[in-house]
Amino acid sequence: MSAPEASVQVSFKNRAKTALADRTLKIAIDRTTGTAEAKRAVAVAAFPEFQAARARGRAIKDHVIAHLDHYLEQFERNATASGATVHWASDDAEARAIITRICLDAKAKLVTRSKSMLGEEIGLPHALADAGIERVETDLAEHIIQLAGEAPSHIVWPAMHRTREQVAELFKIAHHPPPSADDPATMVQSARRELRAKFLGADIGISGSNFLVADTGATCTVTNEGNAELTTTPPRIHIVTAGIEKIVPTTAHALSLLRLLVRSATGGELTQYTTFHCGPKRPGDADGPEEMHIVLVDNGRTRMLDNEFREMLRCIRCGACMNHCVVYRQIGGHAYGGTYPGPMGSVLTPVLNGLAGSRDLPNACTMNGRCAEVCPVEIPIPTLLRAWRIRSWREKLEPGSLRVGIGIWAVLARRPGLYGLASRVGVRALRLFGKGGWIARLPLAGGWTAHRDLPRPAGRTFMEQYRAQQAHKGSRP
Amino acid sequence: MSGQPNPRVGLFVTCLVDAIRPSIGFSAIQLLEEAGCRVEVPQAQTCCGQPALNSGDEKDAAALARQTIAAFEGFDYIVLPSGSCAGTIVHGYPDLLAKDPVWAPRARILAARTHEITSFLVDVMGFRPKGRRLSATATYHDSCAGLRELGIAAQPRALLAEVAGLEMRGLEGNDVCCGFGGTFCVKYSDISNAIVTEKAEAIERTEADLLLAGDLGCLMNMAGKLNRRGARTRCFHTIEVLAGRADGPAIGEEG
Repeated sequence: MSAPEASVQVSFKNRAKTALADRTLKIAIDRTTGTAEAKRAVAVAAFPEFQAARARGRAIKDHVIAHLDHYLEQFERNATASGATVHWASDDAEARAIITRICLDAKAKLVTRSKSMLGEEIGLPHALADAGIERVETDLAEHIIQLAGEAPSHIVWPAMHRTREQVAELFKIAHHPPPSADDPATMVQSARRELRAKFLGADIGISGSNFLVADTGATCTVTNEGNAELTTTPPRIHIVTAGIEKIVPTTAHALSLLRLLVRSATGGELTQYTTFHCGPKRPGDADGPEEMHIVLVDNGRTRMLDNEFREMLRCIRCGACMNHCVVYRQIGGHAYGGTYPGPMGSVLTPVLNGLAGSRDLPNACTMNGRCAEVCPVEIPIPTLLRAWRIRSWREKLEPGSLRVGIGIWAVLARRPGLYGLASRVGVRALRLFGKGGWIARLPLAGGWTAHRDLPRPAGRTFMEQYRAQQAHKGSRP
Repeated sequence: MSGQPNPRVGLFVTCLVDAIRPSIGFSAIQLLEEAGCRVEVPQAQTCCGQPALNSGDEKDAAALARQTIAAFEGFDYIVLPSGSCAGTIVHGYPDLLAKDPVWAPRARILAARTHEITSFLVDVMGFRPKGRRLSATATYHDSCAGLRELGIAAQPRALLAEVAGLEMRGLEGNDVCCGFGGTFCVKYSDISNAIVTEKAEAIERTEADLLLAGDLGCLMNMAGKLNRRGARTRCFHTIEVLAGRADGPAIGEEG
């Protein structure tokens, strides 16, 4: 659907290979994920009720997922009563059409946007460009990747694949005038200067939403830069795009989840800016948009209610799973090829883009379980990845070589006598390929021996040796 | 079940130990017997089925689950020298057979009796090795399945603390995956290599004589990488050290 075109043509393995060869990328990934991991650990250690909060967060999400229709209808009633217009989009194309229509009806020339992964998911940047509308990303990291013409590589830090030094080079070319120095503070000032005029001149501001509060009809944005407020307040029209799973019953529930979200994402206790947007400007309000539109997007989510990926609807998009993922930390976000990278993305991308083109993602995981361990809403990510593998096997998407290999192995493993024979022959054959204790090259096992040696097996299997021992014991008087 | 002084234990040696490193199986028998168990090795065992399970091949995985259940359900306990294979029996089998009215209860009963060996020795048998001595420095890698599926962390360390002369050194990222992941390491060989390279670097920085871990798959991956890099670190399964076999050949050394 909205995956970048290029990712369809280049395989996951090739993208991963390119990423692995990029040492600067590795430095950038290590800096950000390393800091995130350390800060999260400190934040969790300083919050003795973290486990209880996690259980509560999970229960809140499970409750709303079980009563999604009830809360969404309540939200629509209250949001409408507050003066907002609620739109329903069943998929990405419908969402794009609704938003583009609002922009064109308003004759908008300039749109500011605060960071929203849902906007990426539905392909909003391309849709606005196609409609001839200038789009300005106001989140600092989104500003960076907009200048670079790139997609986000992380759901919390979209530009984390770029080092500070690379950003300095980019700003030198793209900012007018260029920043006077390349220390972070001067670079941030330069970006503020670039963005300020756009904030004030925009016709429409588009934001995402971290929470949709059913009993007030408010949408909540959280940022650390304040750009969401500047995106949503000055323009005449504010458009909110949100996945339907963002619903919570009350503000208190939103705050319960926010405690988990911030600690898991950045290790902070609270975001710098936490804003509840409830309807457009009312009579007597000092500022605010004249129109507020809320586009509620399904795009595969209701399908997940009834299948094995239901628990993924709990996700609050904190990014902890990718920060703690050994694979993500080697290849970064772009190699995944979808809107959402890392472990959570490997569950979601097949939902959004189909399994046939993304079957590598659930397979490219060691099943080490660290993602589930840090997930603030206890999503059993490895179990969900395994569910994709099961579907992939059933749908015969796995490569023939693997199917044949597993098939032959299973025929043997289901027959202990034959398996024992094959093992005895196998270890003797394997010994022929090695010298000393190691095998450095082995036909058909290049995946192993390209990078590491294989211990040469002992001459006889355990079972042979054990049986000989037992026979010896038995023969003694 | 606890409190039984001489339980009958079925040892599942695991397919990798059977083929690659029998010494781990014999170490297990020795320690279990020292702890007072009557140990048997059912001949109908092959593999727990994890390669099929992790490849999405439920049918073959379920067949192997049933075969393993039938082979081991007569014992008081089933013990494995692998957190990964034990985790498959404890969590994988009940899930895999959940909808089978005959096999689901049998899977759950077997799961409740299944233990990784260091946790069995400590948590069930209250065992500590006696009179072990090894003059060496060692570092320990927490294999992921044992750590996160079965909560194995304190038990191997408690047992190793009984070995006189053995100095344990902390490993940076001790709870981070080594990049093995079963078939992952050959299917995504380049990514696995990048992960195990970082692991090997961390191990080398400890300058320990020995690397210890509780799963042969992870050990083969790390040992194979360390050897390829020319490192001198000797790699053993935890229970080989506990059984006093660390004076013998390490993984990749000829006996």
